[in-house]
Amino acid sequence: MQTLGRIFRAGAGVVLGVAALMFASVAAQGRGAAPQAPAAPAPPPTGKAGAPIDLTGNWVSVITEDWRWRMITPPKGDYASLPINMDAKKAADAWDPAKDEAAGDACKAYGAPGLMRLPMRLRISWQDDTTMKMEADAGTQTRLFHFGDWKAPGGAPTIQGDTTASWETGARGRGGNQPPPMFGNLKTVTKNLRPGYLRKNGVPYSDKTTLTEYWDLMRQPEGEPWIVITTVVEDPTYLGRSWITSLNFKKEANGSKWDPSPCSAR
Amino acid sequence: MGPVAVLGKVAMHTRRTAALAALALTLAGSGAASAQALQAAAALQGTAVDFSGTWANRLHEDWIERAPGPHIGDYTGLPINDEARAVADAYQVSMQNMPERQCILYTTQYIVMGPQNLRIQQELDPISGAVIAFHMSGTVDRATHDIWMDGRPRPSPNAPHSAGGFATGKWEGRMLTVTTTHLKSGLVWRNGVPHSDQATMVEHYVRHENMLTVTMILTDPIYWEEPFIRSATFELDGNTRVLPEPCEPQVEIPRSPGEVPHYLPGANPYLAEFPKLFNLPAEAARGGAKTTYPEYGKALRSTYRAPDKCTVYCCGGTTLTVMNNNQGACRSDDPPPASPASPPAAPPARRE
Repeated sequence: MQTLGRIFRAGAGVVLGVAALMFASVAAQGRGAAPQAPAAPAPPPTGKAGAPIDLTGNWVSVITEDWRWRMITPPKGDYASLPINMDAKKAADAWDPAKDEAAGDACKAYGAPGLMRLPMRLRISWQDDTTMKMEADAGTQTRLFHFGDWKAPGGAPTIQGDTTASWETGARGRGGNQPPPMFGNLKTVTKNLRPGYLRKNGVPYSDKTTLTEYWDLMRQPEGEPWIVITTVVEDPTYLGRSWITSLNFKKEANGSKWDPSPCSAR
Repeated sequence: MGPVAVLGKVAMHTRRTAALAALALTLAGSGAASAQALQAAAALQGTAVDFSGTWANRLHEDWIERAPGPHIGDYTGLPINDEARAVADAYQVSMQNMPERQCILYTTQYIVMGPQNLRIQQELDPISGAVIAFHMSGTVDRATHDIWMDGRPRPSPNAPHSAGGFATGKWEGRMLTVTTTHLKSGLVWRNGVPHSDQATMVEHYVRHENMLTVTMILTDPIYWEEPFIRSATFELDGNTRVLPEPCEPQVEIPRSPGEVPHYLPGANPYLAEFPKLFNLPAEAARGGAKTTYPEYGKALRSTYRAPDKCTVYCCGGTTLTVMNNNQGACRSDDPPPASPASPPAAPPARRE
C-alpha cells in the first residue's frame, strides 16, 4: 500500500504540473493576441457534412422477426404484442379494408410508424446538404429527414409527417473544422402524422403520435453491414405506453431489386 | 505530444486512471480539453458506455417466440436448412423433463433473445478501474453470458464448448460488439429449432437514453442458410427482478430407462396444425432464407387469404402470460388502462 501511495502521489504531482502547464499555455495565448471580441465557436457540422456514419445506399428488410404479422396481413383482431388500450382494440376490431379502399385510404398502413415494419427495400440518399431522403418501395413512399434548425411548416398532418434529424456522436470537441467522428447514430423525430395503422390489420395510431427512431449502423467483420433502428412510438390516444421495437435492414450492392408497388389496404 | 496525451500516459503509469483523469479535468476546466480528456479517460478505463443495471424485457416484438413459445412446426422467418428442419420436426418438448436433461442450460443467445429480463454487471480491475468483463444473466436455465474485455486470447477451436461459450467484446464508439464462439449446440426457438456447436454469435449493444438494443447475428454452417439476425430492446428498470432459479432435477414423468421423447422422421403429427391455423402454405411455415425477403411476401400475398378472425392469442397484451383463446374476457391489467373516453374496464378475468 505504501508503494501504491507513493506512486499515486507522484502521479498526482505530475498531473498537477501538467494541468498548470495547460493553464499557463492558455493564459499565454490570451496575453499574446491583440485584444478583440472572442469569436463565437462554430457549431459542429450537421447534415451531410457532420455524418459520422454513412446510411446512404440500398437496404432490404429481412423479415426474421414477427414474420406472421409483417410478411402477411394478419387476421382481424390479432393485436398481440402491441401495448394498445381498449379504444385501439375497438378500432382494430372494426377494421374494414374495403371501407378504406372506398375512402381512398389504402395507404393507412404505410405511414411512418407502420411503414418501417413492412417487408420492403429502402433507398437512402441526400436530397441536399441538410435533408436526407428515405424512399420505400412498399407503397412507394418517401420520408424526408431535416437536419439543422429546420422548422416544420405546419399545416395538415401528412402520411409521413414532419421529421427532424440530428446526429448523436457522444463527446467531441467544439468547432466546425474537425472531421466528423467515426461513430454515432442518427436520431429522427416524426410528428404531425395523419392517423394510420401500426399493423396492416387495422391496429390504429392517431394524429397525436410521435415516432422517435435511433438509426445505428452495424458493421460486420464478414458480410454486409446492417442498419438497426430502435423505434419508439408514443400515442396518448391508442397506446397505454410507448411501443418499443427494433428493425433490421441489410445493405444491398445495388438497386436491382427495387420494386415499387402501390399501397394495398389488404 | 499534447497535454491530454501526457495526462493519459501519466494516468497509465500510476494505474489510477479514473481518479487522475477526473483530477485533470477539474484543474484544466477547458470545454474542449474536458471533452478530449473524457474520451481519453474512457478509452483508458476500457469502457465507453456503462450497461450495468437491470433491464426489462418489454416483449413488444418476437412475442410469440419469446413469451408463450412458438407453435410446433412454425419456422417462419428462420433462414434454416433441411438439417435444422429435420431436428426440429423430431423434437418433443417433453424431452426436457427427463431428469438428465432438466438442468441443461439454454445457450447464451437465449439470455438476450429469450423471454425474460436482463441483468448486466461490470467486473472492474480493483486498482485501475478498467473493465475486465461484463457479466449478463437472465432468470431461468440460462448460461451466464461473460463478455471478456481484457483482450484475452480466444481458446483453441478444440477447447471444450459450453452453454455460455467464449465471448470477447470491443468498443466501436459507443457500441459494444461481442463475438461468441465455443457454444454447445442448443435451441434457438423452443419448438426445437437448433443451432450447432459451430455457431458463432456476433452481438451489438447500443444504448439510447434508457433503452438498450441488442442485435444478434447468428452464423451457423450446420443448420442455417444465412446469418440469422434478431434484435431486442430493453428498458432500464430498477424494479425489475432477475433472480436465479436453481434447478433441481427430479422425476416428473416415469419413463423406461433410455426412453427419449421424440418423433421419427415424417411421424410428427402436429406439423400441419400451424399452417392450417393461419391459412399458410406449408412451404411458408418451413422457413428458409428465401422466405425472409420482401419478394417472397409479395408473391405470397397475391394469393393469401387471412382467416376471417383471430383464433389464438386474441386478447392482445405484451406480458409473458396471456390467455390463449378468444372465448372469455380478456385480462384488464394488460394492456394498460383505457383512455378517459373509454368506458370502465371489465373486471379482471381469472387466469388459467
